[in-house]
Amino acid sequence: MSETATFDRIKDEIATNPVVLYMKGTPVFPQCGFSAGVVQVLSRLGVKFKGIDVLADPSIRQGIKEFAQWPTIPQLYVKGEFVGGADIVREMYMNGELATLLRDKGIEIKE
Amino acid sequence: MSVAQSMETKLTRALKPVRLVIEDDSARHAGHAGHPGAGHKGGESHFNLDIVSAVFAGQSRVARQRIVYQILQDELAGPVHALSLKTATPEEAGL
Repeated sequence: MSETATFDRIKDEIATNPVVLYMKGTPVFPQCGFSAGVVQVLSRLGVKFKGIDVLADPSIRQGIKEFAQWPTIPQLYVKGEFVGGADIVREMYMNGELATLLRDKGIEIKE
Repeated sequence: MSVAQSMETKLTRALKPVRLVIEDDSARHAGHAGHPGAGHKGGESHFNLDIVSAVFAGQSRVARQRIVYQILQDELAGPVHALSLKTATPEEAGL
C-alpha cells in the first residue's frame, strides 16, 4: 500500500474515533509491556477507546511512525491529536493532566 | 563501541546534559512479541534514559522526546527497539 493510502487510513481512524491507541497486540491481549501500560491507564480512567494492533498490519506499523514523526509504539490519539507514547501517558496520568485533557476534549471518564 | 556508549556520546554532544543516566533494560523484555528475537545478539535493545538538559526548557513533552529520538535515529532504526524516556530541565530536576 502506498504511504498516502496508509496516512489516509490513519487520518480516518483518528477522525472517526475520539480515542485511538496504536499498540502491539489488542486491548485484551497486549503483546508488549509499554502498550499494556497505556491500556491499563485508559481502563482505570474508564475511557472507551479503539485499539489498533500494529503487529497485524506492517504498513500501519511503519506508517504510524512516519505519520506522527514518532519512532515507537504505543501512540495515543485523542480527538485526532497525538498525545504521546507510554512514558508521556503514564506521567500525565500520574499528575492528573490526562484526566483534564480528556475532560476538556469532551471524553467521558470515570470520576 | 557498545550501543549505550554511542548513545551517550551523541546525547552528551547534542544536549550537554547536567544528568544523563542510561540503563540497559533489555533483559526484562527478552522474548516478547516484536522483540528482535533469535537473530539479535542478546541485550542492548531496551533502554531507560534519564536526561536533564537546559535544551528542554520551553518544550512540550512530545517535543522533548522528538529531540531525543532525532539524536538517536540511527540507533532506533537499528538495534534499539524501545526507549523509556524521562526528560527534565535543570530547574524541574532541582539541579
